[in-house]
Amino acid sequence: MIPPETTSKESDAKMSTAEGRSEQTDATPDRAALGARQGKGHSVLVKDLHAYYGQVHAVKGIDINFSPGEVTAIIGPSGCGKSTMVRCINRMHEEIPGARSEGEVKLDTLDVYDAGVDITAVRRLIGMVFQKPNPFPTMSIFDNVAAGLRLTGSRGDNLRERVHKALRAVGLWGEVKNRLSSAGGGLSGGQQQRLCIARTIAVEPEVILMDEPCSALDPVATLKVEELIDELKQRYTIVIVTHNMQQAGRVADSTVFMLDGEVIEHAPTEKLFTTPDDERTERYVTGKFG
Amino acid sequence: MSTGASPLLPHVSGRRRRTDKIMRGLLAAATVIALIPLVLIIYYLLYKGLKAWSGSFFSTDPNGNFFGDPGGVRSAIFGTLEIVGLATLISIPIGIAVALYLTEYGKDHWFASVVRYFVDVMTGVPSIVFGLFIYIVLVVSHTGGSGFAGWKGALALALLMLPIVIRSAEVVLLLVPNSLREAALALGAPRWRVVWRVVLPTARPGLITGSLLAVARGMGETAPLLFTVSLAFGLTGNLNSQMNTLPVQIFTDITNPRNVIVTRAWGAALTLVALVLILNLVARLIARRSRMA
Amino acid sequence: MEASATVISGDHSALEGSPLSRLPDRALRYGLTALAVAILLLLLYFFIRLIGESHDALSKFGFSFVFGNDWDVSRNIYHGAALVVGTLITSGIALLIGVPVAVATALFLTEMCPRRARPALAMLVDLLAAVPSVVYGLWGVFVLGPKLQPVEKWFADTFSFIPFIGGGGSSITPGNYFIAGLILAIMILPIVSAISREVLATVPAENKEAALALGATRWEMIRMAVLPYARPGITGGAMLGLGRAIGETIAVVLTIGNAPTIGKHIFDQGYSLAAVIANEFGEAANQPLHKSALFAAGLVLFIITLIVNIIARWFVSRGTRGQRGAGGGAIGAVAVGGAGE
Repeated sequence: MIPPETTSKESDAKMSTAEGRSEQTDATPDRAALGARQGKGHSVLVKDLHAYYGQVHAVKGIDINFSPGEVTAIIGPSGCGKSTMVRCINRMHEEIPGARSEGEVKLDTLDVYDAGVDITAVRRLIGMVFQKPNPFPTMSIFDNVAAGLRLTGSRGDNLRERVHKALRAVGLWGEVKNRLSSAGGGLSGGQQQRLCIARTIAVEPEVILMDEPCSALDPVATLKVEELIDELKQRYTIVIVTHNMQQAGRVADSTVFMLDGEVIEHAPTEKLFTTPDDERTERYVTGKFG
Repeated sequence: MSTGASPLLPHVSGRRRRTDKIMRGLLAAATVIALIPLVLIIYYLLYKGLKAWSGSFFSTDPNGNFFGDPGGVRSAIFGTLEIVGLATLISIPIGIAVALYLTEYGKDHWFASVVRYFVDVMTGVPSIVFGLFIYIVLVVSHTGGSGFAGWKGALALALLMLPIVIRSAEVVLLLVPNSLREAALALGAPRWRVVWRVVLPTARPGLITGSLLAVARGMGETAPLLFTVSLAFGLTGNLNSQMNTLPVQIFTDITNPRNVIVTRAWGAALTLVALVLILNLVARLIARRSRMA
Repeated sequence: MEASATVISGDHSALEGSPLSRLPDRALRYGLTALAVAILLLLLYFFIRLIGESHDALSKFGFSFVFGNDWDVSRNIYHGAALVVGTLITSGIALLIGVPVAVATALFLTEMCPRRARPALAMLVDLLAAVPSVVYGLWGVFVLGPKLQPVEKWFADTFSFIPFIGGGGSSITPGNYFIAGLILAIMILPIVSAISREVLATVPAENKEAALALGATRWEMIRMAVLPYARPGITGGAMLGLGRAIGETIAVVLTIGNAPTIGKHIFDQGYSLAAVIANEFGEAANQPLHKSALFAAGLVLFIITLIVNIIARWFVSRGTRGQRGAGGGAIGAVAVGGAGE
């Protein structure tokens, strides 16, 4: 059963240019497919951010500057507001009934919460990968990656090319190229999560938010996603929420420690884990609480 | 795509924004459209029905006179209450019993699945078919000494209400936490006592809600009564005879050429809808109250 | 080892208690099972009796009872194609009008409506199910039919080039397929809407979030993540609505016109299986073949609704698979006309 996408002339040509590439390299993230960053990337500036769920004050006045082209990890005990804070950056927080937020989030100089800003454009610019892999269950692998592209009217060869490129970039191409039209739900958990990352980068955002992307994955799949994050930072500014400090240590350039809805410390990862300034940070990273 | 400082934001095409607005508008409009018939029906019922609600409307029976006052709906109201009352007495205990079988004894046993399936199928059987069933089995044979009879109509309505009671009761009984049952069983209580003392009392508000909605449904049915009770004018407490009921009286009045009788149909319809709506609202109030507790 | 075994067996008889105390439990268990069996047997018995009563007409007319087009009481000939066609046309119109509105209402209530207004609006939609069918009939005969007659006339004239719509022109009667279908659409709306709401509530939030995070507008999210997921369940709901529409009697007998012929267009009068039974039952009392034909119409009606319902339930259970409560709730909601909310 050969899916129509791979039988067309266009993709045959694609395959032949990629000839000589073994299955092995097909299965690893492809930097060329990822594309190079234009300029030095984009910063995200969070200023005096408050977030609420009804009466509950979950994020209490946060200031963070996410540097362009870096991976920033957010760590902290459960319920410290790290996911909420990240969901405020692309305005997903307000989708929860009864939730609201105050303060400023700026992408370079663009105020994300400005009244004139279209919320769908913001989310296109700031992509998001969720805790639980969430491919659309009724769509094929191809359609999952194409979902965001189709919104803007991309179709035909252009669409196919960009889908294939995104799948190469996340290192999934070798594993799925022969079954692009089968259901996305049939993949393993790790593959599903990489599929979701492919879906996110297919629309070429500038910033990627990851909300505990590996917490539902086994160690091998986790490692693959972490390798992928390392590749992705060539092109994107990345914010990753994690409860796993080793993971933060492995992937992040700088790390933010949050507690009770506030930022305790923001420092280069190595410093935060070895010589933190705050005593609470030290107690957390050495496993004294959490 | 776009890079750089200000024109960073990708362009969201006007077409997409318009489509979104139009579709949201259509969904909202559809909801309004869905409610228009309800408003119109209630308006016309009040407008035309209240004219009929005069002093003698509730205190006289239809008399069949060709001229003058055609009479009111007293016998129809009593007939409906008697027949629906009997149908309730039959269907609710049986319905709750079958639901208990499904949740407490049958569970995932194959026979329970069969029962569940047929109960679901029963909810889809047209009410007129229940009328035909009872007609064939009880009316033709003159069971009980008369052909058409109130109690036969009650049986037809009970058959119709039964699957509603079973299904809603099952949903409610399933909501009773298993920990409660286990706690009582662990005290050494036999299962029937657990059912009687723990499961049923816990589920009571939900059971009442489902039962009231079933009664409301049975009360409005016309077709099964046509074949089982037929029609009579006078007031009677004898459930073994033909009786007058609100739905059947409305049905026959509609086809009558006399204006006063059509007006009586509106008045009777207003009465019937009022009864059904009151039952519905009470049922929903009980449901909401129990959900809050 | 041996000692402990005897202790346990000794305890065992004590645990069993007197046979008398176990009796109620057994009685209840077997009693309830027997009751369930009895109800199933009763249904089977009814079904067999209905076949028996229909036998005369079915053996005399055979397949032409359903496919032949000649229902003539005066000549004692009962070929009921006109009834079957009338049933199908009216329920088809009901689906075409009722299902889109019902699904749109459900989408509005679950995806767009402010949370505070939701229960009240849902209850109002559900109340449509509480209006008795004879009241719908009354309203259809005296209000909707007459008021819509000029509109239908205009529509038939303007779109006369479309087959089955135009051509009637001046011959539009107050009771016709369209009015009956419209009334049926209103009647099935609350059921389809209630089931759709139940099904839409099962769409996982993470699918919706995935769509929004890709920059989808709310409508695009509905199209991308909500509708594909909910499609089987909504289809099932529509089928259950179809079952209702096919079996509805009183509202249809009052609005369809009751002419035992196949109408030429949707504004023509016709007949339905259920309507013919209700309308001709009285006059058939002294004509055994006529009566048998009406029972046969009931049998055909019963079988059609049975098939439609079985298919519908298959869809609904597929749409809410893994959620027994939800499936039961949806069907419970159907049964009571939306108690789910």
